[in-house]
Amino acid sequence: MLRSKDIVQRHPQNPAALLDAIRDVQEAFGHVPDEAVTGIAAHLKLSEAEVRGAASFYHFFSLTPRGAYAVYLNASITSWMAGRAAVAQAFEEEAGCRFGEVTADGLIGLFPTSCIGMSDQEPAAIINGVVFTRLTPVKARHLVLAMKAGKPIERMVSEWGDGANQSDLVRAMVSNNIRKRGSVIFGPFEPGSAVRKAVARRPEDVIAEVKRANLLGRGGAGFPTGLKWEFCRKEPSDLRYVLCNADEGEPGTFKDRVILTEIPQLLFEGMAVAGYAIGAREGLLYLRSEYAYIRRHLEAVLERMRQEGLLGPQVAGKKDFSFDIRIIMGAGAYICGEESALLESAEGRRGEPRNRPPFPVQTGYRNRPTAVNNVETLCTAARIVTYGAPWFLSMGTAKSSGTKLLSVSGDCERPGVYELEFGLTVQELLDIAGAKDAFAVQVGGPSGACISRQGFGRKIAFEDLPTGGSVMIFGPWRNLFEIVANFMDFFIEESCGWCSPCRIGNSLLKEKLEKILAGRGSIQDLRDLEAWGKNVRALSRCGLGQTSPNPILSTLQNFRELYEKAVGGRDGFVPDFDLTEATLEAARLTHRLPLLEETSHE
Amino acid sequence: MSKPVIATASLAGCFGCHMSLLDIDDRILKLVELVEFNKSPIDDIKTFTKPVDVGLIEGGCCNSENVENLRAFRKNCKVLVSVGECAIMGGLPALRNGIPVRECLEEAFLNSPTVAPEDRIIPNDEEIPIVLDKVYPCHEIVKIDHFLPGCPPSADLIWEALTALVEGRPLNLTYEMIKFD
Repeated sequence: MLRSKDIVQRHPQNPAALLDAIRDVQEAFGHVPDEAVTGIAAHLKLSEAEVRGAASFYHFFSLTPRGAYAVYLNASITSWMAGRAAVAQAFEEEAGCRFGEVTADGLIGLFPTSCIGMSDQEPAAIINGVVFTRLTPVKARHLVLAMKAGKPIERMVSEWGDGANQSDLVRAMVSNNIRKRGSVIFGPFEPGSAVRKAVARRPEDVIAEVKRANLLGRGGAGFPTGLKWEFCRKEPSDLRYVLCNADEGEPGTFKDRVILTEIPQLLFEGMAVAGYAIGAREGLLYLRSEYAYIRRHLEAVLERMRQEGLLGPQVAGKKDFSFDIRIIMGAGAYICGEESALLESAEGRRGEPRNRPPFPVQTGYRNRPTAVNNVETLCTAARIVTYGAPWFLSMGTAKSSGTKLLSVSGDCERPGVYELEFGLTVQELLDIAGAKDAFAVQVGGPSGACISRQGFGRKIAFEDLPTGGSVMIFGPWRNLFEIVANFMDFFIEESCGWCSPCRIGNSLLKEKLEKILAGRGSIQDLRDLEAWGKNVRALSRCGLGQTSPNPILSTLQNFRELYEKAVGGRDGFVPDFDLTEATLEAARLTHRLPLLEETSHE
Repeated sequence: MSKPVIATASLAGCFGCHMSLLDIDDRILKLVELVEFNKSPIDDIKTFTKPVDVGLIEGGCCNSENVENLRAFRKNCKVLVSVGECAIMGGLPALRNGIPVRECLEEAFLNSPTVAPEDRIIPNDEEIPIVLDKVYPCHEIVKIDHFLPGCPPSADLIWEALTALVEGRPLNLTYEMIKFD
């Protein structure tokens, strides 16, 4: 029988191996048992608390058994909109346990999880690492019966998606749904072109080209990429790193998944270009756990590139440039999309953000200067190097050059990935995607903005509506408050808990929202929401808390009338407290009557 | 002109905040000059006998009597102040908030090793207030006008706040008064 000790011994006696060791134990046993915690701690010379701390931090690690088949059903809003409730009920009925539980025989565990990057094909679930999309109650029952029959999980996938999803190394039922190909990301690509073009020039000239093209980070924050590379290059150090952020966790975005599936070589060439520009010898791809099913495909592409001389010693024949890429796996944590948390996780710890400054370009991976870039940014940089800045500047707006990949989901006829030039309006996008009667559009995911019809004329561009690419469309029959509540639940779940404004503030905001929805709200509560939201935004330590009040703040601004209707013109202090509710349980235990709430106390 | 009227109560607290109030030392003589006490454990007046200017609340609400008491204070006091962590946050009593009330009562009255077998009953006399499902901070039940932090708030803090309120001048809480570590 496999012992956790043997698994642990395989890893180097180095704290950096912590997450790898936990992952191997988790995969072998379905959880991290106590003796493995002790074993890992002893082997890596860490305290048990550090091991437990890491194991309990990530969604896909667990200290208690998760079942031989661990079902993680996406809980993001697009999943609910596509019928999650009925699918979840079918899973529960057929399996015989509730969400959050494991069946008595330990066979099946049911768990909710945050957005898994399948918003255009919901409801979706990950079961033992295998993705199932477009679930229905019937399919869910079918899956549970197959589990009870002991069928291997890979054999439960009956249909494959489009493109490379059908390849032998992926074999996933995921669809790419590429609806519009632009000329930057999805334009014709000649393998090797970007790397060859880059190494034929001086690194400084590569940076200058990217700066001239005014490439702004595609993850959403929009920091100038060329400047980042320049800072990194100028920082004195023996080693530098390129870290590609493929921890695409913003609910509603899935464009990196499509890049990773269809054109990974463009990304890897972009990483090599970045490596050449900043003077790095190693690149790291931090791949979110949800996309583990693409990993073998990515490894194969890397291997092929090594054989073709596009990675490894003397890249593309350049004598003094050696560069290789390693894949690091995430384990389920939205916060790791924040670059300093990403670095912590890449180094094998809990993904808690670092203090900044120093910035990653100064002190990044293993305390060396590190260029952390988004998948799409690196692909775009590869194209800029190939075709030049003027070509790139001819697209988009004056301040936002080039194209943007948009992940469109929700109430529209054609959900999927669109590559469009910056500067198009929300209404133009809605027309292209076939969203005739949209009532609200969430641009940039929960951390972005919720736009009402009055805002449909706004432009998708850094100077107006910046976005990492998530666009969720809501029809007039949707309940806006359910959407906002779902987003707040997401942030409460994903807050790392390090700083109180985020850890506590988001829960308070959600409670206040629930109070209003329960009919116990007043205009004072709306003022509180606004004031508290601004506090959480201003006082939180990292980007998560600095944007987490946005679902409330932006709907308060753009859909104020819905809130006002919910509080019905009341002002002043309205308590959420109900004496009858509060005394119910103790009264029941002592065979007494709960106290009646006076209907009109002050 | 009559003196401003003060009332105080200790709900789910430890009386530590009241002790801190008494810690004002000889200023207590000035306080007697300055204000008149109404309902308060300090003078043992049990019910409100006149309108009150400032009510000081120690402790949060853990049972139905606390709620009744707090609501009576809100009704009778022009200004209501939460004094100390328990009133503001629930404090130590709120440690039970993560545990269902059933488990708390069963542990205390049925399963604890110190309960004699013949005494195993959850007290159910009609005279006993009913325990709430969790401990609530005061501002979730009534409107609270001011909050004095601390466990307990220092005597200086209470003195400064109280005199400012009755004299109608702005609070001047120095850094030292609200610094706790």
